[in-house]
Amino acid sequence: MKPARLIAIAILVLISAGCLLANLLAPAPYAHQFRDLTDAAPSHQHLLGTDDLGRDRFSRLLYGTRVSLLLAPAAALLASLLAGLIGGTAGFLGGRVERAVMAGTDLFLSLPWLFLLITVRALLPLNVSPVVSVMVTFALLGCLGWAGAARVICAGARSFSQSDFVLLARASGSSGFRLLWRHFLPNLKPVLFAQFWISVPVFILAEANLGILGLGVAEPLPSWGSMLRELESLSSLSAQPWQFAPLIVFVVVVTSFHLVLTRQELPA
Amino acid sequence: MRLAKLVGKVLVVVLLGGFLGATLVRFAPGFGIDEEELDIRLSDQSIRALRQMDAPKSNVVVFYLSYLRKMIGGDLGTSRTLERPVSRLLAERFPETLKSVGSGLALGWILGLSLAVAVVQSRAWYLNWLASFVVGVLLCLPAAVLALLFVVERVPARLLLSLVVFPKVFRYAQNLLERCAALPHVITARAKGLGNVRVMLWHILPPALPQLAALVGVSVSLAFAASIPMEALCDLPGIGQLAWKAALGRDVELLVNLTMIVALVTLLANSAGDLAGGVFQAGAP
Repeated sequence: MKPARLIAIAILVLISAGCLLANLLAPAPYAHQFRDLTDAAPSHQHLLGTDDLGRDRFSRLLYGTRVSLLLAPAAALLASLLAGLIGGTAGFLGGRVERAVMAGTDLFLSLPWLFLLITVRALLPLNVSPVVSVMVTFALLGCLGWAGAARVICAGARSFSQSDFVLLARASGSSGFRLLWRHFLPNLKPVLFAQFWISVPVFILAEANLGILGLGVAEPLPSWGSMLRELESLSSLSAQPWQFAPLIVFVVVVTSFHLVLTRQELPA
Repeated sequence: MRLAKLVGKVLVVVLLGGFLGATLVRFAPGFGIDEEELDIRLSDQSIRALRQMDAPKSNVVVFYLSYLRKMIGGDLGTSRTLERPVSRLLAERFPETLKSVGSGLALGWILGLSLAVAVVQSRAWYLNWLASFVVGVLLCLPAAVLALLFVVERVPARLLLSLVVFPKVFRYAQNLLERCAALPHVITARAKGLGNVRVMLWHILPPALPQLAALVGVSVSLAFAASIPMEALCDLPGIGQLAWKAALGRDVELLVNLTMIVALVTLLANSAGDLAGGVFQAGAP
């Protein structure tokens, strides 16, 4: 394994462990307001200072990272499962079914992702509780992000359906479901896994975009999107450098996902 | 034949997409509620009569057909939040977005392609490393963060789209050109002593052109998507900002129209890319 990938995995493990232990590591609850200490600079008590509402920035970063790092993979899992179901079935059945499903996928892919995302988000209530908003945002990402992966999985399933081992399995009397379960799915696993890894950073970026536009996770629950939105209040890049901590963590995590991804992509 | 197929495909996708959009509008919260119903002077009977007038609209197919008829007549409905005809809003704001997207695409492609050519041509590890680092960082930054940083540093907002398009173009072009540079006919050309520029222009770029043309559609879609955060956060009056305002005001009719129009532009760009790719392929040796 290349050192860069090892470092990326180590960073992801470290950050995931840190945010999972947020309850122990955070000096204050994410919504607790220190009203005498608004917009404070970093100190022993508040490692990254406080925001304009007096909330501890380090605690919010830990909890926000937890929200994004737990739910982006969950959304990616949902998208990969949908893609596996739709693309895998289309590739397995082939013929007209495949053509019809792929035409539908093309239609879905021709709709611009962010426009579609905010259109469907607008259909759902905006003034909901923070927990519901988190669920809505990531479920939406999962439900709308399957199309690209479905195409890849369909192509993979199609190539398997023409392979020798499937021909042998058919010749030895394997039925449709058995063929799908015993021969297609195990071989599609690397493709599904690669699509899952590709989707995670994409969904993290999409959530950040939605959050900055005010269409993502609702306050006071922190997420990377809502934390990056704070950059709006900066007067210059050098004014309060500690405000860039969420951006740095964000870039490091997304880069790490990209570096890990390359290796995971190889078997596909 | 190829052109007719593409036109047919675009037409089918637009009609199906329109139906999808009409279904979204039909089932959007608040559809069919007339503010006249809030008038306390109206009796139950009058309110029932008002609702009956709108009853045909409740059927999605009837609603879609009337929507299509109106659309052909140039009527895209009225924005609920801005209380103005959607067609007028589009006429006012679309040129602004087209200008941003056009300049962003042009600059992004020039930057991405020329850097990819430079990296492949020079084969210098430090240039490759530097370009990969810059591209890697740009790929990890959401367009909205770039927009915020542009606002803080007062950088012209239109440059943002080029920074969104550039890394994708560079990465794709670099991989493609490296593959083409390893083709046997390129090695032969080099062995025969042809100059670097000639090898690049005559032997590496031509086989890469069909696949590069296919990236045009993707980059158009990318630029339109990035125009939402750019225009919303940098206060540019284009359709991206309009979409953002419509989303915050839950103006689904306006949003669906915007999505359909952007989808149509993306489809046309994809089709143009496909056609251009076909032409390049036909012209290749």
